[in-house]
Amino acid sequence: MAPILEINNLFKSYGSVEILKDINVSIEQGDFLVLVGPSGCGKSTLLNCIAGLEPISGGTLSISGRDMTHVNPKDRDIAMVFQSYALYPTMTVAKNITFGMKVRGVDQATQDEKLKQVAGQLQIEPLLDRKPGQLSGGQRQRVAMGRALVRDPKLFLFDEPLSNLDAKLRVEMRTEIKALHQRLGASMVYVTHDQIEAMTLATKIVVMKGGVIQQIGTPSEIYNHPANLFVADFMGSPAMNLIPATTRMNGKGLEVEIARANGTPITLIDTNNKDLPENVILGVRPEDIADASLRGGEGRQEADCMIDIVEPAGADTYAVMQLGGKHVTARLHAETGAVAGQHLNLAFDLGKVSYFAPDTGERLN
Amino acid sequence: MTDISYTPPQSGSRMAKIVLRWGLYLMLGVFILFYLMPLFVMITTSFKSLDEIRTGDLISLPREVTLEAWRTAWSEACTGIQCEGVRPYFWNSVLIAIPAVLISTLIGALNGYVVAQWRFRGANLFFALMLFGCFIPFQVVLLPMARMLGLMGMAGTIPGLIFVHVIYGLGFTTLFFRNYYVSIPSELTKAAKVDGAGFFRIFWSIFLPLSLPIIVVTVIWQFTQIWNDFLFGVSFSQAGTQPVTVALNNIVNSTTGVKAYNVDMAAAIIAALPTLFVYVVAGKYFVRGLTAGSVKG
Repeated sequence: MAPILEINNLFKSYGSVEILKDINVSIEQGDFLVLVGPSGCGKSTLLNCIAGLEPISGGTLSISGRDMTHVNPKDRDIAMVFQSYALYPTMTVAKNITFGMKVRGVDQATQDEKLKQVAGQLQIEPLLDRKPGQLSGGQRQRVAMGRALVRDPKLFLFDEPLSNLDAKLRVEMRTEIKALHQRLGASMVYVTHDQIEAMTLATKIVVMKGGVIQQIGTPSEIYNHPANLFVADFMGSPAMNLIPATTRMNGKGLEVEIARANGTPITLIDTNNKDLPENVILGVRPEDIADASLRGGEGRQEADCMIDIVEPAGADTYAVMQLGGKHVTARLHAETGAVAGQHLNLAFDLGKVSYFAPDTGERLN
Repeated sequence: MTDISYTPPQSGSRMAKIVLRWGLYLMLGVFILFYLMPLFVMITTSFKSLDEIRTGDLISLPREVTLEAWRTAWSEACTGIQCEGVRPYFWNSVLIAIPAVLISTLIGALNGYVVAQWRFRGANLFFALMLFGCFIPFQVVLLPMARMLGLMGMAGTIPGLIFVHVIYGLGFTTLFFRNYYVSIPSELTKAAKVDGAGFFRIFWSIFLPLSLPIIVVTVIWQFTQIWNDFLFGVSFSQAGTQPVTVALNNIVNSTTGVKAYNVDMAAAIIAALPTLFVYVVAGKYFVRGLTAGSVKG
């Protein structure tokens, strides 16, 4: 079966400014693709290109095997949910949802039936006669989803649909979108700048920066094997610790040395990797640095560190220290004995460690 | 309209506040009198007989109310050699103003919709040129327009005057609608495009229903401009197609012998009534529409 969405060598420029450079993406039926990146990285432009709302300057785009490069948005068999919801202000909720069907000339009975079905799915039956101005943010969001669902398209497009909601509602709606995806088995492309949304929702993530794809992969690939320093730094909260270090081979394995401002360097042995350049950037997730007294175990190596700041966050406590001239965050157990200004024995787990070249930022292992 | 709430300073005596407040009322009262005086004189004079005007006081109320001057002004006053009153010219004005207002408002709405929501190469330049059109003094265009109307065979006709008013109204109507539509999120257009609606469908189903305030503003503006126009009316009309403003001028200026002030006043009020009517009916929307441009999406 043809991929549901296939983008080949897509370029997009406004005048002489290149917004998207050589984009290649393809997803299968049922995939949840998330485009993530900082603002201005071109992710929303790419989504608009997929929708046909922006013409593309080069390359091809096909949906479900049909070439859609120059096809009008209405003929692409897509539905889109916008950041501002873009509900038609003068129409009732019911009219908003059925507007597309009305335009396409679907008969009244089918319209009513589909409206009823979608309203039931999203639990918005009591709102059908209201105008968008009378709805709360979360309700508007649901109506916008309803407008997309009623179309029953090949591909759903979401443009930062949750970023106008408050924090609590955002998490609720996130779960709901995920549930919807599982229930419908539909294919979706979702744009967000929130890396947690990306991690929780996606089956496939595209990380973008400056109009260039940095990495495509499953959430676990992106999280555990970031392709370069940008992805490593962008995905994950708190961010991955990126510490300048030097390496050399010895009998037991790769010896990784991290300099410290006052005191002896930390030396760790990595038995999984070898033959790396001398100067590297060591990438360690905060959860791979633990309180040695609470969480030991195989593969962990202990080092005594001076804790600068302790930030309790409920479930976890973050401890910040200085290693290799950088702030390094450790995600410790809530019951840790870490105290700011005192030494603590920390256990480093190099099992999932990443190495990057300091000059190019590319992954080395 | 934004309500500016003013919190008076806590210090200062109660007396001073009252004095200030009454001072304000007094000043406003003087201004009101100043502005209403001419209207008062016009109305009272129009109900007086000529004898009474000659013998009486300018600002006194009529001793005997007579509608004679109004009747004369409407159907008998002479505009040069014809003596039919302002009636035929009043209808000329209606025939010019209503189509010209409707057409210029509709085209202005479409223009504004395109410039604000369907950006094309050179859209800004296009809009800047339209805006420039608002600032061209009408005297400058009289000769070229006369030639143009002659070439089109519309010189001296009512359709010709409609055409002129539509053309010179477009700058303002486009400006009004463009500024209104530019505040409507472009995602609305995008959503409608994905829903399958085309250019006119989006305009008709989504933008026009949102536009009531700005339509009211534009209609009032255009109606006032076109109804009150004298320059185009006097330049591009001929006997039989003159608007009421030109007829009023002729009535006042072409009387021989005794000046019939009461007839002049009645004719002037008749000529001004439609614009007054539009303001009274739609005035509150006018202020609202001018200030409240934004639409929550």
